[in-house]
Amino acid sequence: MTTLAHSPHAHAQTSVGQVMGTVMLALTPATLFGFWLYGWPAINLWVVSLGVALLAEAVSLKIMGRPVRGALLDGSALLTAWLLALSLPPWAPWWLAAVGSLFAIVLAKQIFGGLGQNLFNPAMAARVMLLISFPLEMTSWIAPLPITSAGAPGFVEGLAITFAGMAPADGMTSATLLGHVKTELGRDIVLPQALGSYFDPATFMLGQRAGSFGETSALLLLIGGLVLIVRRVITWHIPLAMLAGVALPALLANWIAPEAYLAPGLHLLSGGLILAAFFIATDPVTSPNSASGQLLFGFGIGGLTWIIRTWGGYPEGVAFAVMLMNAAIPVIDRYFKPRIYGRDRKGAALAPAKEATR
Amino acid sequence: MNVASEPFLKRLLVKAGLSSSLHKLRGGVHPEGRKDLSAEPPIRVLPMPERLYVPLQQHIGAPARHLVGVGEVVKKGQLLAASQGMVSAPVHAPTSGRVIAIGDFPGPHPSGLPMPTLTIEADGLDAWIDADPPADPFALSPEEVATRVGAAGIVGLGGAAFPAAVKLNLSRRNEVRTLIMNGGECEPYLTCDDRLMQERAAQIVEGIRLIAHATGAGEILVGIEDNKPDAIAAMTKAAAGGPVKVVKVPAMYPMGSEKQLIQVLTGQEVPAGGRAADIGVLVHNVGTAYAVQQALCLGRPLVSRIITVSGGAIMAPGNLEAPIGALAADLVRACGGLREDAARLVLGGPMMGTQLTSLDVPVIKGSSGVLALTVQEVEQTRPGPCIRCSSCVRACPMGLLPLEMAARIRAGDPAGAVDWGLKDCIACGSCSYVCPSHIPLVHWFNHAKGDLAARERLKMKNEATKKLADERSARMQRIAQEREEAARLRAAKKAAADAAKKAAAEAAAAAKAAAKAKEEVEA
Amino acid sequence: MIAALLSLTLLGLALGLGLGFAAIRLKVEGNPLAEELEALLPGSQCGQCGYPGCGPAARALAEGAAPVTLCPPGGRPLIEVLAAKLGVDADLSGAVDSGPKVAEVQEDLCIGCTKCYKVCPTDAILGAAKQVHAVFREACTACGKCVDVCPTEATRMIPLPATLQTWYWSKPEVST
Repeated sequence: MTTLAHSPHAHAQTSVGQVMGTVMLALTPATLFGFWLYGWPAINLWVVSLGVALLAEAVSLKIMGRPVRGALLDGSALLTAWLLALSLPPWAPWWLAAVGSLFAIVLAKQIFGGLGQNLFNPAMAARVMLLISFPLEMTSWIAPLPITSAGAPGFVEGLAITFAGMAPADGMTSATLLGHVKTELGRDIVLPQALGSYFDPATFMLGQRAGSFGETSALLLLIGGLVLIVRRVITWHIPLAMLAGVALPALLANWIAPEAYLAPGLHLLSGGLILAAFFIATDPVTSPNSASGQLLFGFGIGGLTWIIRTWGGYPEGVAFAVMLMNAAIPVIDRYFKPRIYGRDRKGAALAPAKEATR
Repeated sequence: MNVASEPFLKRLLVKAGLSSSLHKLRGGVHPEGRKDLSAEPPIRVLPMPERLYVPLQQHIGAPARHLVGVGEVVKKGQLLAASQGMVSAPVHAPTSGRVIAIGDFPGPHPSGLPMPTLTIEADGLDAWIDADPPADPFALSPEEVATRVGAAGIVGLGGAAFPAAVKLNLSRRNEVRTLIMNGGECEPYLTCDDRLMQERAAQIVEGIRLIAHATGAGEILVGIEDNKPDAIAAMTKAAAGGPVKVVKVPAMYPMGSEKQLIQVLTGQEVPAGGRAADIGVLVHNVGTAYAVQQALCLGRPLVSRIITVSGGAIMAPGNLEAPIGALAADLVRACGGLREDAARLVLGGPMMGTQLTSLDVPVIKGSSGVLALTVQEVEQTRPGPCIRCSSCVRACPMGLLPLEMAARIRAGDPAGAVDWGLKDCIACGSCSYVCPSHIPLVHWFNHAKGDLAARERLKMKNEATKKLADERSARMQRIAQEREEAARLRAAKKAAADAAKKAAAEAAAAAKAAAKAKEEVEA
Repeated sequence: MIAALLSLTLLGLALGLGLGFAAIRLKVEGNPLAEELEALLPGSQCGQCGYPGCGPAARALAEGAAPVTLCPPGGRPLIEVLAAKLGVDADLSGAVDSGPKVAEVQEDLCIGCTKCYKVCPTDAILGAAKQVHAVFREACTACGKCVDVCPTEATRMIPLPATLQTWYWSKPEVST
């Protein structure tokens, strides 16, 4: 007696590797822009991140006695490292990327049981760990210095910056908008004054600003995000809810006290919000199952981000917000289930409604 | 149509003509149709095979009880096996000939287990029994129509094979108002209903009106997917001027599932654990309507059906009118045979059909297709880990969370999966179809459903055997007690006898001694 | 200070008295748990658990000396019931579940000695002296007693054969 293959005897043309590949493809424009904007050190950082992640994944799998090849080919480790690299300061030393990747793959992912089992987004867990452990390195921002411009570091200089700890010249360092605002508000300087000519929507949209290497170009990230939605890799729920989660409280606070609270547009275009909304919070493993749960999840991340940015000790709060909401997923999944056909929201069978129909 | 449960906005839009009066199907997938393979050629009649293998159980419910013996000569349409029990269906001879065997034969079942089967050697005459169709079937009472449908062995031809008469009677009792005819045919490859509607629309419409007559349904809707424009045109033409209304529904899997079609056409949902009749709806397949027409107007029981033979590995795909009991091999041969790259044989559609290990399996009343698929079409890959992408959640037409149910089952907790809605799963396969990790989700669900049923059986058996064991130990105790009692009695008797004997012996000894003493004295 | 000492002492006394009273007043004779557990066991006294019968096995269960997986004829449903009763996690990994079994009499070897018929705890063996015996599968708990007593090794345990009514899909292949 042989047991046969179970139906269905057909399958959609899709695989995990394909999903991950699409996400990486959608990230490519913003990444290339980051390469251009921050030059060779950023390229080095990206290579180190991905290389270490692949190695860590392979060794972890080997130790656990799982097939290595297939798991490496699914691209999940690469994507994690890619997202981590995009969220690091572009001229950060190589070991920052290496430690981050190692942490993300081994502690945040494989220890939990590998792909699909981790509670926290590995890239964000690693970023939070790095931010807490190496605050100085993680907040050393660089003014945009396109690779084609005169003062940009060459290939060798780039190696020296990434691997030998060569410090950037004084004029090159810069503060991010959120960091700047936090400092100025701390010195009791009101916003319009503090901002001055710092914020220009067009420049910010294109990404000509200080920040992590892949988070600055809102436009390119938006394009990538829309590609993912069109290709049905992600749905609109989390990104939209997350952006709304930031914009709504910002709008309210800015309307009440414009001198103390940033305008919503500024919030949306600064920090890693767009990157996180489309590429990080939408990580399938660490997001809720149902559409309603995803709306709550996204809105929660947005709201927490705004709270941390406004009242927290750190100027940027996306990574913390993502991790906090990650922790809430089991509860969200428990209470936000789709309604089952033929049942009401509570799960009781619908009444055989005879009278109700006519 | 019930619109009371519809949101106000939707009703306004429908009234204003801005929105279609159809309702939304939740979830669903868009598998590649591949219907063009077999949709063009007209239905051909399968040349009568030399032998037919007719299983006694071709329907949901109790197997039929055979009435003929080996060697008996039968006419086409003669009753071979009678239904037994409330839910059952009789089986008729698909051709004229001689019964040459009654016994186990491999059946179209995923277990590969043999089924009780009648083997008929065709005499080549294909001679019908004398039929006695009523002069005007519409003059019959609804009960009489249902009885004749049951006697003709008609079951749901969409695939579930539920006895049609049982459904008719149930519907009449529940005062069904809406009759929905399922022309969805959402399974890829299958075109048998499509061809039937194109070629025999008039008979189908007559059958539909008979079903409506049998149930008293006032509203009659025929739902046909919009990828079958020719069938829609033919049916609309045949139904013109009558009560039957043809409705175009969007092509999407599983549109042809009863619950989903009801939802799309009426906006109502069948209550969990209930039947369509609970909300005043009856759903039948268009093929069933054709069978009803044949039975009532011509007096011919269900002995053949239209079957799609298709797939990338079939030489000349098409639709065949095949007698029940013909081997899948007979059908494939009539369609030019297999290509070399046939990787999987399937009975039914690719989404819910059963794999066949061999083509030497008979087609039955519920068989809608025989497919031979290539490796590319099957697209089977080893499953990977779940990445919780929720594709399955979006695909599920029942609003379930397949990934959570599968996780529970995999952890050895099928009862936990029930809490997540396992019992509401219709096994349509949408979740397995979209899973990027190729996890066989429906396989897990059907395994868990079987596992739970097996546990229930074992529990009942344990209870029964415990009762037996208790009865036995009580009996043993009683026997032991009786034995003890008997032993004691015996012992007492023996003791008494011994005592008597002893006393007698003593007395004898005393007498002897006395005599001796006397002798001595005398001496 | 004194108030605290006093109140705590009083509290202790009151609670102690309460406990002592409860111990005397609510005393339970025997071990009701063992009896309840015995009612759950199959009662075929087959001894496969290593205890001389279902009663001793139930006592061992109640004392925690035996695992809830001890009873092979009970199968998984019994394990779950016992685990729920005792409030422990059923460790199914330890239980080798080779699926339900059933006794079978090989007709060519059976001499009709009725030995199996006599030991069967659930009267699942049919037959009479000098006649080939048969097993009534619905009543067989696969306790194995008939296998032990058969002089010709005609009885044996086989996996319960699936029928069209009982067959179901086996577990899918698990990915790594």
